[in-house]
Amino acid sequence: MKREMLKFLLFVVLILVAPLAFKGGYLLNVLVFVGINTMLAVALNLLLGYAGQISLGHAGFFGIGAYLSGILTATCGWNPWFAMPFAACMVGILAALIGFPILKLKGHYLAMATLGLGIIIYIVFNETVDLTGGPSGLSGIPNLAAGPLVFNSDIRNYYLVWTFALAVVLFAVNLADSRVGRALRAVHDSEVAARVMGVNVRLLKVQVFALSAVISSLAGSLYAHTMTFVSPASFGFNFSVELLTMVVIGGLGSVYGSFLGAALLTLLPELLRGAQDYDIVIYGGLLLVMVMFMPGGLVRGIPHLFRKIAGIGEGAGNA
Amino acid sequence: MQLEQILQYMFSGLSTGAIYALIGIGFSIIFNATGIINFAQGEFVMLGGMLTLFFLEALKLPLWAAIPCAVAVSALAGLLFERFAIRPLRRPTPLNLVIVTIAGSILIRGLAMLLWGKDTHAIPPFSGDEPISIAGATILPQHIWILAITLLIIAANKFFFYHTISGKAMRACSYNRRAAGLVGIDVQRMVLFSFVISSVLGSLAGVIVAPLTMTAYDVGIMLGLKGFCAAIIGGMSSGLSTVVGGLILGILESLGAGLISSGYKDAIAFIILLLILFIRPQGLFGKAESERV
Amino acid sequence: MGLRIITFLVAITTTFSACTAFAAAPIRIGGLFAVTGPAAFLGEPERNAAKMVVEEINKAGGVKGHKLELIVYDTSGDATKAVQLATKLIRDDHVAAIIGPSTTGESMAVIPVAEREQVPLISCAAGIKITEPVKKWVFKTAQNDTLAVGKIFEYLQKHKMSKVAILTVSDGFGASGREQLKGQAARYGISIVSDDTYGPKDTDMTAQLTRIRGSRAQAIICWGTNPGPAVIAKNVRQLGIKTPLFMSHGVSSKKFIELAGDAAEGLKLPSGKVIVADLLSASDHQKSSLMSFVKDYQRHFQAEGDHFGGHAWDAAMLLKNAVEHGGDSRATIREQLEKTRSFAGIGGIFTYSPQDHAGLNKDAFVLVEVKRKGWAIVK
Repeated sequence: MKREMLKFLLFVVLILVAPLAFKGGYLLNVLVFVGINTMLAVALNLLLGYAGQISLGHAGFFGIGAYLSGILTATCGWNPWFAMPFAACMVGILAALIGFPILKLKGHYLAMATLGLGIIIYIVFNETVDLTGGPSGLSGIPNLAAGPLVFNSDIRNYYLVWTFALAVVLFAVNLADSRVGRALRAVHDSEVAARVMGVNVRLLKVQVFALSAVISSLAGSLYAHTMTFVSPASFGFNFSVELLTMVVIGGLGSVYGSFLGAALLTLLPELLRGAQDYDIVIYGGLLLVMVMFMPGGLVRGIPHLFRKIAGIGEGAGNA
Repeated sequence: MQLEQILQYMFSGLSTGAIYALIGIGFSIIFNATGIINFAQGEFVMLGGMLTLFFLEALKLPLWAAIPCAVAVSALAGLLFERFAIRPLRRPTPLNLVIVTIAGSILIRGLAMLLWGKDTHAIPPFSGDEPISIAGATILPQHIWILAITLLIIAANKFFFYHTISGKAMRACSYNRRAAGLVGIDVQRMVLFSFVISSVLGSLAGVIVAPLTMTAYDVGIMLGLKGFCAAIIGGMSSGLSTVVGGLILGILESLGAGLISSGYKDAIAFIILLLILFIRPQGLFGKAESERV
Repeated sequence: MGLRIITFLVAITTTFSACTAFAAAPIRIGGLFAVTGPAAFLGEPERNAAKMVVEEINKAGGVKGHKLELIVYDTSGDATKAVQLATKLIRDDHVAAIIGPSTTGESMAVIPVAEREQVPLISCAAGIKITEPVKKWVFKTAQNDTLAVGKIFEYLQKHKMSKVAILTVSDGFGASGREQLKGQAARYGISIVSDDTYGPKDTDMTAQLTRIRGSRAQAIICWGTNPGPAVIAKNVRQLGIKTPLFMSHGVSSKKFIELAGDAAEGLKLPSGKVIVADLLSASDHQKSSLMSFVKDYQRHFQAEGDHFGGHAWDAAMLLKNAVEHGGDSRATIREQLEKTRSFAGIGGIFTYSPQDHAGLNKDAFVLVEVKRKGWAIVK
């Protein structure tokens, strides 16, 4: 446990210090998104990496959180600090209700069911024009504020978002080492064995699903208040695939892996910007190569690679 | 008036349903032989249409030559995909397979965009454009082509899977891979076959529907998803059940758009998908699966 | 001795002027265009046109001795990316003004950024909400969709057609058009008897059209961009529907005629004057700008200059004029833009004012008809 806390503190220091290196430039804006995506990736990892349940529709919960926060604050004049937890509760209840039937499915069927769910949510965003502004989006969402301190600049939003993100990371790290975490891993390995050992598998799966949805909803609310504008296009199937990619590339079951994956995929378009039209091909190719040659994700693949290279040197020497 | 309208909805639904059915059969064939859901299936549909366009315009081939060439190249693409993306997978968990096939579909779409641009293109219909009137509703000659070719493919399918050695071998793989391997079936080759056959079916579907719907580099996404819904409704069978599943989906979509709301048309397919998965995951016609623990 | 002094003076003056020539920093202009993605048919011609204008201006010596530098970022039609890239243009690239974005959704997302950072933004999107209510730093060059709707409704009113069915695409462009169609109907004595939508990637609209066929509509108005309207035109023909079909300016390009084939014949739509530039009378104020735009675009890109590229052309030219009359600081550019009077551009004749940052009126559109695979102006 001490080691985990040490790792976490190092991580906190890294995050706190990072903006100094970027001096308020455009990249700071991107780092805010890295924070939001980290929250989403860690949330998905709880479901995917720990409990082993595939979800291709997580962008939907992200979107519901964003739209609920947006509509309640922009159209109904609620205080954002009330709207955010309210939205999270609503999403949690919705996820629990849907979770019971949907988590009976396994593997590919679960993937497709969550995919369908995500798309239905997207279509609802698009069609309920009076509520959500439809395809043109919802603008005029207020920034969050703590008394006189309004979060309307990149540096302030950075610290705001990362406070939440670090809390989520801490939570996930603690969960992994707890009784619940062990139960989740048992479910991942074999549901029947876990049930035999006394784990209430069905309830546990729904709880993780709902928890994951709640965290995604919080990320959505933060997104709405930092962008001040939301539109359905950000919450479609493509983004769900991106989230999945972040978790897998980072490394399933590893919280810091999710951060790596989120950071890499959010920064990748910036690096590929020069490549113009080729970026889709590069993205697809990169994904393919990663899954084929580093199925454990970066978090396990890179140390493995180092060991191999170091090992080759040693082996040659010994032989 | 009402009856005419309903008839029209049914006709449109039948032709879109036939396309979903063809794509769904493609999904089922791969799934049955390998347990993989090939998310890239929709891209083969896109390739069918785009390649036909390429052969028609760039190489100036006549229609009856362009189509087989397009299908052949798609089959090649399917082969390459299996050989270089699927087979080398070290850890073929469902999750990894989902990601690999999604990555494959992104790659194919990106290549199509680079080669042929982002524009939409029209392809000439096979035999003219004059609407045919039946009891107050109208269909186009292309619709008849679609239905006819679909029926032909079903017949060919049935013949292949039940009356040829390769077909029976593939069915054996789908029942139990290890047992099939033990009796001397080259399982890896069967996997390859399944991908090739699926890409042929997908691209054929793309070719016959392109004159109606026009083609572009990104038509594959939605078509693939709806084809998958058809396969689920039909219980992942590679025969008549999936076809019926596709037709039901097409008709329900059409009726929903006409009678209830056109904005939620796409949602209908996915709501049906969720209902089937919740209530009867083995599809309308499948047998309940039992899993060894 | 005298000769030496003269040579010395000449040397100093030449070095001095050489220094100032080198020191004339380029004026940076940002471009946010949806070059890839679903709005590529907007973003690509806009980027091309903007590049073309900047090239031509630089070839002729720049503006007040300064070259123009155009920095273009591709937003893929994604509002989130548009906001990020707008921030990048402003903070990292220090642009004096931004042209774009291409779509209404992206523009609405970028507006708070432009207002907060106080950078002039000239949007190429059609939504009326972009400049109504007026925002200090935001202008647009694309005609408001209200004007397009007005043009169609005017024609319908003249021909005593009062019952209309609308079929709009469920994206930003279609949603905005639908709002305007419903909002302005009463003013022209028109009632909307059927209100349907279709998805941008839908391939069969016979269901919606069958429903419309059963209603009492005297005209069908379709509001979308390729390929949807082409499919609709074909479906209309297939179903044997004889009700007159109107399109929006979203399909005012040869591509639409190519996709719809024979089904396009006789369809009417409002359009910017660029597609019928050669049919305009010589007294039309826009004719010379239009003809030179079409010719230049053809020369540069071997393709027809269209309505959408025109928006970026107008924006770039307006910026050039603003810099010429004022200076290259963000505040002066904004001030000068607001003072634009009767600029004959591609989209129409622009006159901005502190209350009007859209600058166009009804005459920006003409009603055209598809005749024998080409365009004809409807009188």
